[in-house]
Order: sequence, then structure tokens, then C-alpha cells
Amino acid sequence: MGTYLTKRLLLIVPTLLGAAALVFVIMRVIPGDVALLIFGGEAGGQIDAKQLADMRHRLGLDQPLIVQFGTWLWGVLRFDFGNSLWTGRPVIEELLIRLPLSLELAIAATFVSVLIAIPLGMLAAIRQDTWVDYLVRIVSIGGLAIPSFWVGILCILMLVIFFGWGPPLEFTPPWIDPWANFQMMVWPVVTVGYRYAAVTTRMTRSTLLEVLREDYIRTAWAKGLRERAVVIRHALKNSMLPVITLVGTEFAFLIGGLVVTETVFTLNGVGRFVVDAVAHRDYPVVQALIFLIAFGFVVVNLLVDLTYAWFDPRIRYR
Amino acid sequence: MATNIEVAHATASATLAPKPTFAGVVARFARTKPLGAAGAVIILGMLFLAVFAQALAPYDPYVGDYGAQFQRPGAEHWFGTDEFGRDVLSRIMYGARIALFVGFAASLIGCTIGAFLGVISAYWGGRVDLLLERLMDILLAFPQLILALAIASILGPAVQNVVIAISIPVIPRVARVVRATALSVKENVYVEAVQALGATRRRVILQHIIPNIAAPYIIMLTAQLGAAILAEAALSYLGLGAAEPTPSWGLMLSGSAPSYAEKAPWIALFPGIAISLGVFGFNLFGDSLRDALDPKLKGRG
Repeated sequence: MGTYLTKRLLLIVPTLLGAAALVFVIMRVIPGDVALLIFGGEAGGQIDAKQLADMRHRLGLDQPLIVQFGTWLWGVLRFDFGNSLWTGRPVIEELLIRLPLSLELAIAATFVSVLIAIPLGMLAAIRQDTWVDYLVRIVSIGGLAIPSFWVGILCILMLVIFFGWGPPLEFTPPWIDPWANFQMMVWPVVTVGYRYAAVTTRMTRSTLLEVLREDYIRTAWAKGLRERAVVIRHALKNSMLPVITLVGTEFAFLIGGLVVTETVFTLNGVGRFVVDAVAHRDYPVVQALIFLIAFGFVVVNLLVDLTYAWFDPRIRYR
Repeated sequence: MATNIEVAHATASATLAPKPTFAGVVARFARTKPLGAAGAVIILGMLFLAVFAQALAPYDPYVGDYGAQFQRPGAEHWFGTDEFGRDVLSRIMYGARIALFVGFAASLIGCTIGAFLGVISAYWGGRVDLLLERLMDILLAFPQLILALAIASILGPAVQNVVIAISIPVIPRVARVVRATALSVKENVYVEAVQALGATRRRVILQHIIPNIAAPYIIMLTAQLGAAILAEAALSYLGLGAAEPTPSWGLMLSGSAPSYAEKAPWIALFPGIAISLGVFGFNLFGDSLRDALDPKLKGRG
């Protein structure tokens, strides 16, 4: 495990450096002169050459690119991502305000969907090729086809038309007023979670089907165990590993889900922060957020791989 | 000796397996994979709408009629009209063009570049492989939609930019799978044999590697089609895809649609059904195609 861990950790360094460089190129180099953009955004018309030069100097844009990249990286290491061009406040401060909402949404959606998906996937696998199986499969393929922003819109349509009610807009943490928090978060959680549930159901079904054909399952049946014991104690336990991997790949879905769902429900979370920053051409914010998301994604995938290696020793020695 | 075996082999396979006709293959697919056939029907319907949109659409999708805003769905406007008095049905029909164009273009570009890089990576090996692999690692560090969003935000809202933004995140994912397949093909004895006979790299790649990666390539391409259509809808919804007045399904749901919830829910209803149905069709078809092309995966999904 030790060598495997070191190897994986060492591989992460060039990946993250490369990701940082890619974000830097996409966000800083391609759009051209950020100073000009700032003035274009605020004043529009006449731009004073002196002011422009001052702004370039203030943002460090008169430095060579490699120095700019170094400065930015040094800032990243100290959690200093610069200031938002839109509000003028430090990016990290703006981020921390929005993080609790998105974390709650992500965790609740994951929890709810796993709670739905694993029993459904199990049911479909045990009753393969019956109407239950077909129903679960159609619902889960359908779940993948429905865009989550539309599910969000449908939730709002339903609430407004049938109940004449819109979800509250101000975020209340669950430890202050759990009911207000629940009222606000329940529909976004459904919107983010159903898609996750669809993917997890499919994965649970297919891995369980594979495991159910293994020799040791036949042995378990042969020695006269009841169905419950065979499926839960022997099959489910061994089919959970690929489902754990899914949690990693699903992190990507989850981020995408947060971006659109928070936009639909006008929730002030990290996902909407990304969209707003893009709309305002707030490059320091976009750059910081996209890099942090990539960082999170890489770390989650590493953790998933390590869990995998922990449970399945064959992987470590490959 | 060798020729005798070849002839024998050729006659044997000729008598055992008559060349299947196209109609025969289609009929077999429909019989063994009813869900896949249903998907194909949906795709064909969407293609039909897209190709004949001009003839089928009852109204001009771009021109609004300010006397006919927020018309309820009825005989005159089957799916109602939007806040500019534009016919929703006509816009959905033209929207099929955008969805299919972006879906096919982005998947084809992403999968083809990815497959190309994967084959190069596997076949050249060594430093080229190492460099390409690290490059793919970097691209894989970003969730698909986030990378697409970043690229789209730089390129600006336009249909061709959406295609670029959606295809780039596909590249590393396809390259990974194709590289793995190509690596295992490369190890086959017959590839070693033709190499020993002095076949050029070009010949080995074109004649032996490419045919073997065709199945995973097609599987990933079809799987990507639905995902690309969804991604286009999401980007357009977020204001980073096609720009008004383009009749993109995602764009039709953005901005004003939810705010007219009470007054005109159909504006937000029909484009969503169109997206879901289209993607559902591609997913059903892709799933069944994967089962048919890759017997190892039978029973999955």
C-alpha cells in the first residue's frame, strides 16, 4: 500500500500543475487584455491610456506571463486567489460564504439518491428480465435523459401552479431553522439527486448481476442459504466496490448538477457563483473556482482509487 | 499449402455465414433489441423533423407576432406561443436541427481526435505515450461540464463554439479507452507476425489496429451523442450556448420561461420534453448497440 500511495501522490503533482497552467491559459491568455475588459465593462467608451497602464500594473499584467503564472500559483498555495473584479472582495471570502449551501445540497443529494438507488438496483438485478427489471431500467435510462435544469423548472412550475408558492430565497442553515432550510432545499435536492440515483441504480444492477453469476454465489445457494442471506451478505457486499468508484465519477455530475440547479432555483451557492462570474467576465473568480473544482475532482478520484486499492489488494500490486 | 487452407477457410465461412443483407440486420436488431429499435425510431423521427423543418413547421420560428403572445396550445398553435408570440412547435422543429448538429458534430470531433490520440499513444509508446497520457490526465482533472463551460465562456455564445466546447472534454475520455484497446490488440500474435514480415507502421495501424478499435469507437460515439445534446441544452440554458433568436431547446427554457410559470407553463414544458425524448432515444439505441457489438457486456445497464 505504501509504494502505491507514494506513486499515486507523485502522479498528482504534475496533473495539478498542468491543470493550473491550463486554467491560466484559458482564463488569462486567450481572452486578451483583462485590464481593457475591466474598463470595457465599467466605462465602455473612452479609455485613458494612463489609466489602462495603471490598471495593468496593478493587476501585474505588465509582467512576463511566466512571472504572472508564478505569482498566481504562489497565491494559490496561500489560499489567496486575488480579488473579484465584480465586488472587489477576496475570492476566497466570497467562496466561503457560498460553500455551506452547496455542500449541504451535494451531501443531501448524494445521500438521498444512494438510499433510493441501491435497493432499486438490487431489486432489478434479483428479478432480472421481469417487468420490475424493465420498469427500473426504463426509469433509470429516462432519468439520464431528462436535463436536471428542466426537472428544476418543472418543480417550480408545479409549486407555483398548484400551490401558489415559491421556495424561500434566503439561505437558512439547518442548525438555525431546520424547517425553513428543508423548505428551501428539498426541491433542489430532488433536482440534483434523481440523476445521480439513475446512474447509481444502473451501476448497482449491472455489478450485482455479474456477482450473482460467480461460483461462490452458487455455493451459497447450494449450501441452502436463504435468498436474503445470499443477496445481502454475499452478493451485495462484493458488488459495492464499483459503486464506490461511481461516487468519484459522479462528483463531476454533481458539480454540473449544482451549477444548473442553483441557477434554476436562484440559490446563492458555488455553482451559481461560477455562472455569475462567467457572465460578469470576472476572470479571477472563474480561474480560482475552476482550478478549485479540478483540485477537488482530482482529490476525490484519488480517494476513490485508494479505497479501491484498500479493499482489493490485486490493484496495489499491478 | 497456405493457399489451400485459405481457400478452404473462405469456402467454409462462405457457406456457413451468408453475407447478411442490410434489411436482415435491421430486422434482427429490431427483434432482439426492442428497446434499441424504439430508440432508433425516436432518432429517425428527430432526423425527419430536422431535415423537413422548413416544410413541416407551420410558422416562421424567428418571427414573432405581437398580437399572439402567450397563446394557449390549441388548433392554431399546437404547442402555444412564447412571450414574443413565436410558435413553440415551429421553434422545436428547427431546434431539432441545432440539437442534432451539435450532438453529431461534437461527438464525431471529440471521439475521432480522442481515438487518433489513443492509437498514437498505444502504438508509439515510450515518450510519446507518457506525454500524451499526462496531457489526458490534465484534461481529465476537470468535470466535463465545467471544462465545456470555461471554454464556451471564452469563445462566446455561438453554435460552432458550443461544438468546440463540448468536444474537447470528450477527447481524453475516448483516448483512454481506445489506448487500452489498441494496447491489447498490439499484443496479439498476428500483429507481431505482420510486423515480423516487415509491414510498415502505417499498414499495421490502418489494417489491424483501426478495425479492432472500430467497435469501442462506435459504442462511445453513440453513447456520446445523447450526452452532447444534453450538454448543448445545459450550456444554452446557462446563456453560453446558442444566442437568441436561435431556436435551441436549452435556450427556449432559459431566462423568461420559468418566470411565466403561471401565465404560460407550456413555454417551459414542450422544449424540455423534446430534449428528454431525443436524449432518451439516443441512450436506448446506444445501450442496445453496445450490447450487440460487445457481447462481453451483455446484460449490463
